[in-house]
Amino acid sequence: MLPQVCGILAFGLVPFALVIWYSFHTWRPLAGTFDFVGTANYAALLQDEQVARSLVVTLLFALGLVACNVVLAMVLALLMNRRFRGVSVFRAVFFSPVVVPIVAWTIIWNYLLASNGGVNQVLGLIGINGPNWFRTPWVALAAVVAVQVTKGIGINMVLFLAALQGVPTELKEAARLDGASARRVLTNVTLPLLTPTLLMVVMITVVGSLEVFAPVQILTGGGPSGTTTVLSYYLYEVAFSRQQFGYASVIGVLLFLVTFVLTGMQWLFRKRWVHDEI
Amino acid sequence: MTGVTRRRVLAAAALAPLAGMWGCRAGGSSPAGSGPVSLRMVTWTANKEHLSLFSSIADTYVQSHPDSVSEVRFETIPDPYIPGLTTQMAGGSVPDLAWVPETNALEFVSSGALTPLTDTLNQISGYEMSDLLPNALKLWQSDDKLYAYPFSNSPFGLYANLELLKKVGQPTPAEMIKAGKWTWDDVAAVAAEANRATGKGGLEVNYGAWDQFAPMWMAWGASPWTSDGSKCTLDSAEMQSFFGWLHRQMYSAGAIVKPGENLPFLGGDAFFKVAQVSTSGALDFDFDFVPLPSGPRGRAIVIGEAGITVLAKSAHQSQALDFLGYFTNPQNAAKLAAFFPPPRQKLLTEATFAKAAPKLTRKQIQTTVLDQIPKAIPKMGHPKLSQFYDIASRDLDALYQPRADVAGVLRKACSDIDPILRS
Repeated sequence: MLPQVCGILAFGLVPFALVIWYSFHTWRPLAGTFDFVGTANYAALLQDEQVARSLVVTLLFALGLVACNVVLAMVLALLMNRRFRGVSVFRAVFFSPVVVPIVAWTIIWNYLLASNGGVNQVLGLIGINGPNWFRTPWVALAAVVAVQVTKGIGINMVLFLAALQGVPTELKEAARLDGASARRVLTNVTLPLLTPTLLMVVMITVVGSLEVFAPVQILTGGGPSGTTTVLSYYLYEVAFSRQQFGYASVIGVLLFLVTFVLTGMQWLFRKRWVHDEI
Repeated sequence: MTGVTRRRVLAAAALAPLAGMWGCRAGGSSPAGSGPVSLRMVTWTANKEHLSLFSSIADTYVQSHPDSVSEVRFETIPDPYIPGLTTQMAGGSVPDLAWVPETNALEFVSSGALTPLTDTLNQISGYEMSDLLPNALKLWQSDDKLYAYPFSNSPFGLYANLELLKKVGQPTPAEMIKAGKWTWDDVAAVAAEANRATGKGGLEVNYGAWDQFAPMWMAWGASPWTSDGSKCTLDSAEMQSFFGWLHRQMYSAGAIVKPGENLPFLGGDAFFKVAQVSTSGALDFDFDFVPLPSGPRGRAIVIGEAGITVLAKSAHQSQALDFLGYFTNPQNAAKLAAFFPPPRQKLLTEATFAKAAPKLTRKQIQTTVLDQIPKAIPKMGHPKLSQFYDIASRDLDALYQPRADVAGVLRKACSDIDPILRS
């Protein structure tokens, strides 16, 4: 236990405590000053309109990512749970983006989704005038969500696949013997038994969505007009572009609180929909 | 292990990283003591030839100063450079010497982060301070003290892909200049025609960095703030005129590569690009490099600079100052000129730049570089630029839409920036 506790302390709790400590200071690295300012940074947070905008963008991003990722991962898992020739090839193909470094993956999509890139060229072949993916407000957010979904869907697919293969076949057979259709077997037997895994997948995906950074930086730089400036990216801007480490620490505390609240709510409400194993 | 011992070990494990981090934040680098020290210079270049040259200069210095300096390390900070440098400074790992781009010059000079160089450089025999171009030094001076040596002074010019222009039957810059038709409107007209004929980009610009438009808007007589930096003038008539022109060329004329389009000049997919001497090394097609065209207020001769400085929090200031003096003396400045256009008048020769940019012709070097450097003014900077750069970026993004309200966008940018400029 001791190594784990030391690790959690050294790399988790201590840095977190330091962030809170820094949030009560104005820290100017160029001038070399570190001045205690009490709750002034927190007061500034409440007046910072960009924080409110970034919170909205973050929540929209999280909603889009979780909904698309979870639903598509589930659909893929259901399809990959069948026996047909080449199923392992398909499983590998859908999982492969997970092992590609996020920066490389994002750069590829940066070219594909350029207004004169591959995606719009394909759309042009079928008579569709594709949008300027990264330069149209809110379309850019959808594009970043899509890039992130395609990157991480494989891991959730694998988790759902493992859970599907853990569903006792005798339960499904019993339901079929009772006259249940394939759809009823899915909705009344399989999916309820998947809810513990679904809870884990949703929680992990929500936390991951709140920490997104690389796709935003590479694809849009937080634009256009701040419509992809999620809270984690705004934190980076404040800390490393504006060199306001103290104020950035406050944003970090806010990000932690948002993550904590959302995770806590999911955990508290789990008993309403997560089916305990029989 | 007993309970008491376990608690003590846990407490020590918890406090040790805290103490270490506190020591780092407090800037606790090892104090300068007796004996030779190791110096560290941070740069943004990872070019092996550059680093090899720096190391050879440093090795010679170390051999002649064995009692004061044991080694000089050159460390590359990858892009983004300034956030990387300031993070090192915040974390207590302050380098001894650092490169600073001209955009951040005023900020660094006014913050007290840099060490004055004047006394040290004046005391070096044969340093020839009077040979340094006065225009090149202005950005790095405050209260008659010099805070950085401007080792790289590269004027902006316009690159043109001659192969593409000839293919579509459009005039080359040399032909346009000879005919007395060398304005931004003339270039845009050619770019638009070339774009219509080929689908390739006209003029490539960088939408991600709004300050990169400075070499262009200066030809409109525009400036983003007043000369004392206290008021935003992005909403001035001149700036509105410039961005209005830019918008028309983007969305109506098709002369400028639109935001979101991937048509890089370096890849041969655009006809023109505003850039500096160093870009020539990456071109593998027939090109021309000419002075920037004129705008409504004449021709702007703009220079980009980079300075080498000694950081005030360096643990080895005196040794770093002495090394900087050696690194930039006339003999080593001549070596550095192989890659970086120097600020020394005696080195402003064709021979120097032929080595620095071997792909440039003698005429290009003479007209676009040598004739311009003495008259050039540096790209704009502001002491609080880092505080509002991202805010301005976010606001100006709204310009890059087909139906942008140019004046409204610029007014909003000023209303967001002015409180910071005034504070």
